[in-house]
Formats: sequence, structure tokens, C-alpha cells
Amino acid sequence: MASRSGGRGHGRGQLTFNMEAVGIGKGDALPPPTLQPSPLFPPLEFRPVPLPSGEEGEYVLALKQELRGAMRQLPYFIRPAVPKRDVERYSDKYQMSGPIDNAIDWNPDWRRLPRELKIRVRKLQKERITILLPKRPPKTTEDKEETIQKLETLEKKEEEVTSEEDEEKEEEEEKEEEEEEEYDEEEHEEETDYIMSYFDNGEDFGGDSDDNMDEAIY
Amino acid sequence: MTQAEIKLCSLLLQEHFGEIVEKIGVHLIRTGSQPLRVIADDTGTSLDQVKKALCVLVQHNLVSYQVHKRGVVEYEAQCSRVLRILRYPRYIYTTKTLYSDTGELIVEELLLNGKLTMSAVVKKVADRLTETMEDGKTMDYAEVSNTFVRLVDTHFVQRCPSVPTTENSDPGPPPPAPTLVINEKDMYLVPKLSLIGKGKRRRSSDEDAAGEPKAKRPKHTTDNKEPIPDDGIYWQANLDRFHQHFRDQAIVSAVANRMDQTSSEIVRTMLRMSEITTSSSAPFTQPLSSNEIFRSLPVGYNISKQVLDQYLTLLADDPLEFVGKSGDSGGGMYVINLHKALASLATATLESVVQERFGSRCARIFRLVLQKKHIEQKQVEDFAMIPAKEAKDMLYKMLSENFMSLQEIPKTPDHAPSRTFYLYTVNILSAARMLLHRCYKSIANLIERRQFETKENKRLLEKSQRVEAIIASMQATGAEDAQLQEIEEMITAPERQQLETLKRNVNKLDASEIQVDETIFLLESYIECTMKRQ
Repeated sequence: MASRSGGRGHGRGQLTFNMEAVGIGKGDALPPPTLQPSPLFPPLEFRPVPLPSGEEGEYVLALKQELRGAMRQLPYFIRPAVPKRDVERYSDKYQMSGPIDNAIDWNPDWRRLPRELKIRVRKLQKERITILLPKRPPKTTEDKEETIQKLETLEKKEEEVTSEEDEEKEEEEEKEEEEEEEYDEEEHEEETDYIMSYFDNGEDFGGDSDDNMDEAIY
Repeated sequence: MTQAEIKLCSLLLQEHFGEIVEKIGVHLIRTGSQPLRVIADDTGTSLDQVKKALCVLVQHNLVSYQVHKRGVVEYEAQCSRVLRILRYPRYIYTTKTLYSDTGELIVEELLLNGKLTMSAVVKKVADRLTETMEDGKTMDYAEVSNTFVRLVDTHFVQRCPSVPTTENSDPGPPPPAPTLVINEKDMYLVPKLSLIGKGKRRRSSDEDAAGEPKAKRPKHTTDNKEPIPDDGIYWQANLDRFHQHFRDQAIVSAVANRMDQTSSEIVRTMLRMSEITTSSSAPFTQPLSSNEIFRSLPVGYNISKQVLDQYLTLLADDPLEFVGKSGDSGGGMYVINLHKALASLATATLESVVQERFGSRCARIFRLVLQKKHIEQKQVEDFAMIPAKEAKDMLYKMLSENFMSLQEIPKTPDHAPSRTFYLYTVNILSAARMLLHRCYKSIANLIERRQFETKENKRLLEKSQRVEAIIASMQATGAEDAQLQEIEEMITAPERQQLETLKRNVNKLDASEIQVDETIFLLESYIECTMKRQ
């Protein structure tokens, strides 16, 4: 309004409140202007009260640290998948670096959860068949007809699986089947000729040599 | 949800459940209720990862779901429940004091796994207890079951809402997500199970068998042909009951500090008698007659009836008003004013914070303003007997930190500042909220600092862990002391010093977190009960 803008124009030096009431008398030195942001850790005027110590405090502290460690080991702690290294290596086939990306390590009660949260593990079946294929060709070079027949049947199986998967994706929204695909890790393991636990990728080499101190260490 | 709370939730989820769960959880807290695909699109994570994370979050009661129309399921996160993760050690310790090791492990398993069936809990706890017992002894399932039933009877453990059983055949396709219901009566009803068995000890000779279970794992569920008797009945820890217990503890210790041991025992008896009868959000307990209290006093206390009556009168007359007299029948009916007690505790917390942060003179001014409710600046100087300049300085400091506020009372309609009264006042609710916000920020800072310290010394920590592992394996195979000495010397003295400092710092930070969480509990309880009253 008119009176307000008029007040702003003239009488600029006047303040709206009584300066003496605030505590700054006339002619008093004002504190110096601040030229930099306040320090990150300003010095404390009063030291903080000491933390509670004693049996209870230490027990709860130990409990807290233990819980933290324990929760990291539980299957509920989901680690992001190990990023693929630049080149595909031979040992990748024999090293199970982590849980297969789609599976859950623990068994929730699926009846209590929305159906959409259930993860299908049919992908594994497809993988199994693709690993079968490369093995077949080198085997029997004598009976070419037999191998061709075998390849054809395997191709048909693969087609069936892929067509099944396509059908499923269509039906997923309408009807749900209650069958649960067993996570056939054992079968998958048997596809390779070697038992997983026997595989030693050589990372531990050199660490065990501390046992026998008689030999000189170079 | 304030930014400070979201930050704290993100740190807690990351520490306890990993980064993927953290991303999904924080997104849900920020944006509210959302369906699955929207979450996956907004966070940029693959659908499978989102599903995994949601399974974990729902299992731990951190996220709930709801079916909306057209079959869309929406997920919603409970931010306050995520913040309870800070309090898990306190819950477990409380159970230990009340029900000893068995109870402690039961609650620990329930908290770590979210929800479990009774048979699963009993089995796990029996196995864990057997591990710690001497060779040859095992823990019987019956003992663990008894402790479990006792926990349920005192409401520390409650049943989770379950899938409703539909007897008639489904007319149409089953719903996309079950709607879980819980009957009030069933919440603390333990099914009749006859769990017979003993805990199993995990022997070291089973090491080669450890390789097999990995392959046998998928067959495990089909091999176990015995039907689980309590299938579908899940139990969870009842956090509200624990909070009620903490509140009672706080009230009892406040009375003990203010008066003496006997009066605190009387108050404790009164609270114990009204544990199950009073709901946790009631403003005061059910009235208890003096005769009942006299009968329920603990056996060791042999005070006469007159002394008890005198104590009760003293408690009722106390200006703090923890105990109130509601009638005269039965020798005098007494109630405990829970809301008033919480308000007093919150006020005491505020006073203590002002004292430790600004000094005892500021605390005197603060208490004065609390007492007088509204007071002018001139009067503060007079009543507090503090020189004018200092008093002004302190008032402005507290005002700038939002512990106090100004109330303007204009004398003239144009609100001219020279003709207006400015009164200082303390609004306890808003000051409590401000302090709570600061607490969240400080815990977030503590956690970050602890993570920073651990990351700085990661290399050293890994080295020391490796050395410990080597020493342990050498001791198991039997090595001489000289060899052990050499291995220990792999860690040099300055490194040892560094490790000691690190350990001390991390312990201090952890203890501080626990301490701040206690303050958070008091302030949150006070704010909650005040909001309910309004």
C-alpha cells in the first residue's frame, strides 16, 4: 500500500524496533563481519557426558555388533551380482560365484506373498540343453545318421521348451499354474564331467606353505 | 518422511540387507504406495531383483502390500518400522533379563528372520543352545517350547495375520495376493504341538557332508515327508509390548531417582498389575485399589499397610503427577498417569539437553520459562537473577536453536514492534519434534562415520583377520609357541596400535548410537501419545 512503500523510500536508516531493548546501545562496537563459512568442527564449549559403561552397556554393544555381522551372512542379505569380467573364461563354467541370479536362497511361504513375486526358474532347463549340444558332435563320428537324428530330437526338445516359455508368458496374466519347478541344481551339476567341490582354481596356492617352517622360504 | 529419516532408513537397510534392498526400500519410502512394475521402471533395476528385494522386505514386516481394483498389487513401506532396526539389541537384551538365554535366542531368531513358525523357532534355538553347552549335553525341545509359550502369554511374541482358509471351492481364479486377516482372540493362541526332540550339534566331522547339502538342498523339501503340524502359523516379535515395557522401566527409574527405592517398587507393582489389562496407548492405567496393591507387592517387601498408604499419598501429591488418586473405595483407588509421565520424561530430556549444550545458567532460564509458561525478557532477568546482557544472549541462543519461541501480543492494532509485548515460551511438542529430528541426523552421522573409519582401515582389518585365521588353524593342528609368535609378529606394533584405536572408536560410535536411540524412544513415545490425545 501507499504508506508501506512510502515508509521504505524515506527514513531508510530507521529500524522498526527499539535498538536499546535488544541490547545494542548507541555507539557500541558491533561484532566483526563474518567473511567465511563457520568451521566444520567448531570447538565445543561443553564436553559431552561420558557414555554409559558397565556390564549392560558392553553386552548390548557386543550384541549390536554381532547382529550386524550375523545379518550379513543370512540369505536375506542380497548382494548385487558379480559383474561379468571382460572376457569369458574357462573357469566360469566351473565356478559358482554366487546364487543364480534368479533364485532366492531361502524358501518364503509363497501362500502369503502376492503371486507376482514368485520367480520362475525355468531358464535353467534351457541352459541345460544348450550345454548338452556342444558335447554331442565330437562323440560319434562313425554313425553320422545317428548323430543327426539325435541332434534333431534335441532341437525339437529345445523348440518345445522355447515354445512352452512363449505360451507361458501369454498365459501368465490370465491363469497361474501351481506347479513349482524344482531347482535341479544336482542335474545341472551332473552335466559337467567334474565334481564341483573337487575343482581347485589355484587361488589358495602359496597360502598354506606356512605350515612347515623347516624349508627355507624364497 | 523427513529427509533425515529417509537418510537414516537408507543407511540401516544398506547395512543390514544390502544395496539392492536399500534402493527399493528407500524408493518406496519416498514415493509411497506403488505397484511392482512402476518400482522396477523408476529405480532402473531388473524385475527379478525387485522381486527378491520385495520378498525380503515383506518377510521382515518392513513393507506391506494391498490388492487394489483390477488386480493391481501395491506395496507400501513402513518407515517407522525400518527405524526399529536400531533397537533390536535392546529388545534382545530385555528378553534376556526377563527370560534368560532361551528367551533371548527365541526373540533374536524372530527378529533376524522376520517371521517364523513355532516349530522352526524351537528347532533353531535348541540347536544354537546345544552348540554352547558342554559335550554330550543337548537342549530339549520341551524347554524351549515352554519359554516360547511364556513369551506368548506375556504378549512379547504375537501371531502374524494369516491366509484365510477358504473351505468352499473357489468360484473364480484365485486373487493375485492373499488378504491376510488376524482375529483378536487368536493373536496369542499357541497351537497344541508336541515337539519332541533334542537340539543337534553341528559336528566338525560333518565337514565333508557340508559339500553334499548344496546338491541335496532342492530335494530337502521333498525328502521331509512329515507334515509340519503348525504349517501356516507364523509368529513375530510384538514390538509394541517391548515399547510398553521400556516405558514402564523409564517411569520406574524416574520415580526411583526422584523419591526412593520403595516408592519405585510400588509403582513397578502397579504397572505390572496393569500390563495386560491396559492397552499401550491408554492415558492412564486402570484404577487399582490400595488393598490389591498391598496383596501384589513382591514377597521380599514387608512394609505394613499404613506405610504403603503413606507412600501412595506421597506419590499422588507429587507435583510431577505420576500417580493420581481416582477414588476412595477399597482403601483408595490409584492410577498411573501414563501420558503425564511421558510428558515429564520428555521435558526432562529437553532440560538435560539444554544443560549439556548451553550450560547450567541457560538451563535455569529454560526451567524458568517452562514454569512460567509465558514470560517477558525483563522478567527473565529478574526472576533468574542473571545479569541482563548474559540473559539476553542466552535467550537468543536458545531461540535461534528453536528450543524456545516468541509469542507476540500487540497493544495496538497496527502491531508496531515498539508497542508489542514479546513473550518467551516453550512449546514442548515442537521442541520435542525438533530434538527428534536432530537425533535422527546424529545417528545418521554416527553410522556414516563408523563406515568411514572401517573403510579407511579395511586393508589392516583384512590382514588381521587373515592372521587370526592362520593362528587358529595352526593351533588346531598343534604348533609350537615359537611359530605362533612369528605369525603374530606379522602385525607390527604400530599396526596393532592402529587396530586398537580403530576398535575403540568403533565401539564408542556404536555405544553412542544405542544411547541416542534411547532418547529417540522417549521422544517418539511422547509425541505419539500427545498426537493421539489431540
